[in-house]
Amino acid sequence: MTSNAVISARDVGKRYRLGDAPVSDSLRDSLAATFSRVAGAVTSLGRAERDGDANTVWSLRDVTFDVMQGATLGVIGRNGAGKSTLLKILSRITQPTTGRVRILGRVGSLLEVGTGFHPDLTGRENIFLNGAILGMRKSEIVRKFDEIVAFAEIERFLDTQVKHYSSGMYLRLAFAVAAHLEPDILLVDEVLAVGDLEFQRKCIGKMGRVAGEGRTVLFVSHNMAAVRSLCRSAMVLDAGQIVREGDPTECIAYYVAHGFQEDASSWTRPNDSGDALVMTRIDSRVSGHQPRLMLELDVTVESRAPHKPAMVAVDVLDAAGVALMQALPSVEGFVACASSAQRVRIAIHLPPMIPGQYFATVWLGAHFSETLDVAERAIRFEVHDTPTTGRSHHHSPDHGAIVPLSTARCEPL
Amino acid sequence: MAVSPHAAHPAGDGRLVTVIEPPRRWMPLDLRELWDQRELVYFLAWRDIKVRYKQTALGASWAILQPIFGMAVFSVFFGKLARIPSDGLPYPLWSFAGLVPWTFFSQALTQSANSLVMSQNLLRKVYFPRLAIPIATVLSAAVDLALAFVVLVAMMAFYGVFPTTRVVLVIPLAALAFVAALGAGLWLAALSVRYRDVRYVVPVLVQFWLFATPIAYPSSLLPDNWRVLYAINPMTGVAEGFRWALLGANTAPGAMLAVSTVAAIVILIGGAYYFRSMERTFADLV
Repeated sequence: MTSNAVISARDVGKRYRLGDAPVSDSLRDSLAATFSRVAGAVTSLGRAERDGDANTVWSLRDVTFDVMQGATLGVIGRNGAGKSTLLKILSRITQPTTGRVRILGRVGSLLEVGTGFHPDLTGRENIFLNGAILGMRKSEIVRKFDEIVAFAEIERFLDTQVKHYSSGMYLRLAFAVAAHLEPDILLVDEVLAVGDLEFQRKCIGKMGRVAGEGRTVLFVSHNMAAVRSLCRSAMVLDAGQIVREGDPTECIAYYVAHGFQEDASSWTRPNDSGDALVMTRIDSRVSGHQPRLMLELDVTVESRAPHKPAMVAVDVLDAAGVALMQALPSVEGFVACASSAQRVRIAIHLPPMIPGQYFATVWLGAHFSETLDVAERAIRFEVHDTPTTGRSHHHSPDHGAIVPLSTARCEPL
Repeated sequence: MAVSPHAAHPAGDGRLVTVIEPPRRWMPLDLRELWDQRELVYFLAWRDIKVRYKQTALGASWAILQPIFGMAVFSVFFGKLARIPSDGLPYPLWSFAGLVPWTFFSQALTQSANSLVMSQNLLRKVYFPRLAIPIATVLSAAVDLALAFVVLVAMMAFYGVFPTTRVVLVIPLAALAFVAALGAGLWLAALSVRYRDVRYVVPVLVQFWLFATPIAYPSSLLPDNWRVLYAINPMTGVAEGFRWALLGANTAPGAMLAVSTVAAIVILIGGAYYFRSMERTFADLV
């Protein structure tokens, strides 16, 4: 074990039984399973082992790494690569199946902001409750109380129940408490994907300062821009294993080049609301490379009552929710009223955009004024590569999000 | 360095050393870590108390109304109609002295059995000693017990029953009820993560347990040699002990109390170890 490593992980693995994680069995299932095991043992000996293998999946396998004191390590990988499992093991939420991790120092984890917030309690009460849950002592919370309130900008609402907060205020307060945790090692998961742009900057600034104080930060994210600006080293996880580690720029390049980026997301209607024409599901995919990115949306619609022929519109918004552009595809024959579900396939040629997170809102309506259904910010997608090949470009939204194709030439006069 | 799995302790330079390893079949209780997190236990209990009666018109008076309603029903049906004996004391006072610890026990048991499922968000997102959750739940129920106890004292004054020095024994008796509720609660909470059936089993269990405890009737109805066996139910010792310590009821609960205390401690220790051995699966299953 390296002496000045604050985290040393050796051959860490985590196996899940399929179907174990999300559903919890009922007693009846368990009794039935026991019965069929007994019955099965009589009829086919040895099948149990084979079934055992087929029903398990290694979400993390033989992962070995060291993190030095003061490092800021970015962990990237597509969904299901094992990033969250790794964080859960390091933060002791779940235990590994194999291997060993040795950690030096106090660990604070931000796997989600606002964990343990209670809607019926006031902002003040939640600061204490959430602080204690995150591992702060009462004296520590008292000492940092004013700082937390100022950071969250909620002075006036301190004694209001948080269920009356706007989502922005709620998030700011939640992050403020978490950001004032002063662990030796900070584990962060995607927290920066939330909140408005101004607030995201504040968060990145805070994390940068934490790293600057010599603390160790392990940052898991899909947000390549944030990893690039925050981390001094990185590793890429794929299928539960480390496939690349080292310089963050190289890791991001590797990740993008190997098509690891999350290029598909989908949305399903959260409740059974809706009117005559409803969208039940949207699947999205981003394909191609800048400047020829294509956003494809497959929208499943159902006619539940007679309605006028409908058309679609798609708004593309930046991470802060500001609309950047609207696509108005012409639908052949419109979306007519039909007895069965239909699929509307939309393809949008995106202009060159700066790397970052974007959202799409899908609208269905008639005559532009009559909204039949709208799925606000239903789709999230990410642009990873630079819009200006051959030019290193500081991708800041200060100058807008779209980088029009342009040329410049020097000519002798 | 010999360290147990998941143990966190200071290294030579004062920094914490945490070793994370695959779980073993038997996990140590790690009471030291729990003690370090006592402020968290306090805050969780405080949250439960704050939230429990929010948006209720009667607020904390529910803590005393529940045993009072129980007493009224018991007095009419068991006291008046069935003429169940009450150790020579007024039936309402006598039954209330049993209902006060019983209400605590049933609330604490029900709430701690459901506490992990209610806190699934926490279990999935933050690490802390999981035992803190059911312990905090039982603690928060103890506040209701204190409120109901005040009413019991008022009733004693009303009936002109004045306690002797035995009254100080109410504190260890309440502690016994606490141990019994936490012990059973730990078993049920750990089971509830895997089997959501627990939520439906608990009300039935509590109802059955009520009639297996001398709350509506005195244990003197049972033959002498059965009474000690009957005291394996720890709440038997608590209920008879409460009446003996407060009302001077001649229940002579010595042997029963000894059996109840041993039983409660066995349930608690077994529950705590079972809870710890199931704990590794909580975040993956809940």
